[in-house]
Amino acid sequence: MGVAAIQEYQFQSADRLENFHGNQLLYIGWDQHLMFCAPFCLPLPPNMRFGDVIEKVLPGVFGYHPDFAKIDWSKAEWLKSSQPWQVDFDKTLAELGLKHKDVLRFRTPGLTGIKGSAS
Amino acid sequence: MDMKVSKKKLGLKEKYQHMTRGLGWETTYQSMDDVFPMVKYEGIKIHDWDKWEDPFRLTMDAYWKYQAEKERKLYAIIDAYAQNNGHLSVTDARYINAVKLFLNGISPLEYMAHRGFAMTGRQFPGVGPRVACLMQSLDEIRHAQTQIHSLSNYNKYYNGFHEYRHMLERVWYLSVPRSFFDDAVTAGPFEFMVAIGFSFEYVLTNLLFVPFVSGAAYNGDMGTMTFGFSAQSDEARHMTLGLEVIKFILEQDPDNLPIVQQWIDKWTWRGYRVLTLVGMMMDYMLPKRIMSWKEAWEVYFEENGGALFKDLARYGIRPPKWLDQIEQDKDHISHQAWATFYNYAAACNFHTWIPTDDEMDWLSQKYPNSFDKYYRPRLEHWREEAKKGNRFYNKTLPMLCQTCQIPMIFTEPGDPTQICYREVDYKDNKYHFCSDGCKEIFEHEPEKYVQAWLPVHQIYQGNCFNEGVDPTAEGFDPLAAVLDYYHLNFGRDNLDFEGSEDQKNFDEWRGMATKNV
Repeated sequence: MGVAAIQEYQFQSADRLENFHGNQLLYIGWDQHLMFCAPFCLPLPPNMRFGDVIEKVLPGVFGYHPDFAKIDWSKAEWLKSSQPWQVDFDKTLAELGLKHKDVLRFRTPGLTGIKGSAS
Repeated sequence: MDMKVSKKKLGLKEKYQHMTRGLGWETTYQSMDDVFPMVKYEGIKIHDWDKWEDPFRLTMDAYWKYQAEKERKLYAIIDAYAQNNGHLSVTDARYINAVKLFLNGISPLEYMAHRGFAMTGRQFPGVGPRVACLMQSLDEIRHAQTQIHSLSNYNKYYNGFHEYRHMLERVWYLSVPRSFFDDAVTAGPFEFMVAIGFSFEYVLTNLLFVPFVSGAAYNGDMGTMTFGFSAQSDEARHMTLGLEVIKFILEQDPDNLPIVQQWIDKWTWRGYRVLTLVGMMMDYMLPKRIMSWKEAWEVYFEENGGALFKDLARYGIRPPKWLDQIEQDKDHISHQAWATFYNYAAACNFHTWIPTDDEMDWLSQKYPNSFDKYYRPRLEHWREEAKKGNRFYNKTLPMLCQTCQIPMIFTEPGDPTQICYREVDYKDNKYHFCSDGCKEIFEHEPEKYVQAWLPVHQIYQGNCFNEGVDPTAEGFDPLAAVLDYYHLNFGRDNLDFEGSEDQKNFDEWRGMATKNV
């Protein structure tokens, strides 16, 4: 269903890709680490290597957490739209098929947040 | 010379009849449909507007007389409060942040309610509801003004009050209450009445006003308490109107039921999401607590609301959807919200802090199933880090819910360790939601919500910098640029309460009032 309206009511998304100056939005959440109150929203170029997201972007985002330094990225499990997802650090976001406003979650087995509280 | 008076003065009811309903007429130069163009498109069928029962028979002369008397009393108390430096008698300066939240987040909604009821009244062909909407519209602008007057006293001494009007349309968290009302006033007249008149004013209003007003009373804030009481006497009338609206619509035509039910589901959920801010205020921002958010929800929603919906069952109305989730959430949302403002304290126009040990014990006692297990470790960790000079300031922008616009902070029903993710593909884009409720509201009217002005996305689009700012310049500091755009003074309005100017000034001034320095 569209919307109840007195005349035609069609609008473009306020957040369509072309509004982001060449970047696309990628959302990333770290499961069981809710000290970061919500997943993050990052504007990233589609030709960015995924490994660079991990190595150059995420430390500034999640680095405050004492668990962050303990992450073994080779064991991290990834979910895209909450479905298991295969990561390849050497591919770019575009090559990995990541589209504007896709959402990724990662899980780090063995790391359960501050005192095991999922914080 | 004797004049025979054939009839005594008009009674109140007759006077009301002549002065309001008696003034309406059916238009003939233009069709009624052209004069009232909004009244049919929502699908609500009204057969006889005269069946409307006027819940409160007010004419303007009675309204002015009654309200003027109330207002005189209110301003006398506010003056006395200001002249006696009443602000120094509040429990402690942390309390003032609850007042900032009210002025920034709630008072502008009163003004929007004024506009909403004026527009809605204009659209109703029936004189009875039109007059009721007019009266409520006047109440709402009075509430906005008395709140602004009362709270302006705090603006003389404390930070964060100075640009509430400017900030409403810009600051990230204020998009939550703002979008709530924008959604309502851009709906049709009947939806607005169910959204605000019924779901908000009737079902949820006690959860908004009672905590702030009692909170003010408990914490020595006579100014806020007084405008709260003044407004409360109008609220009783608003609640009566809200209930009358529902009954009238439902009695007019059986086809109205599913439409009204969908609005009740939607607006109870949307209102409940906005009330997250109130829950956080009750559990974290009042130095002297009144009751916990969970207790307030149980008394004012589960008990009172339960009785109401039992009453409405004879019209075919069932309780709002998603109550099972709300039931599970009540142990969590206030903690999740406070953690959010603690995270983003650098971009906020009030202060946050870690609760004292006493306060944490109170929270453990009020939330035996959740606080110690999920939230205390987080707060204690932050406290330790702050002591080391490493206070947590989250500098990366969060993912927001497309509908309620709150960051995606809420957890899965039944699993407080897992953020709740929901998404919808619509046309060429993906949209994300914090809950089944917000997702379903979007799916019902996607064209409306794809236009949402989400603060995080707007910042990334470059729409939240002042004119002339060049985000590509070397050394560009996006946070500083956004705070400039908000008119938020870094180091004064934002950051932790500990070490703030408010804290320092309050201590010093109270010291001058109570000691010989």
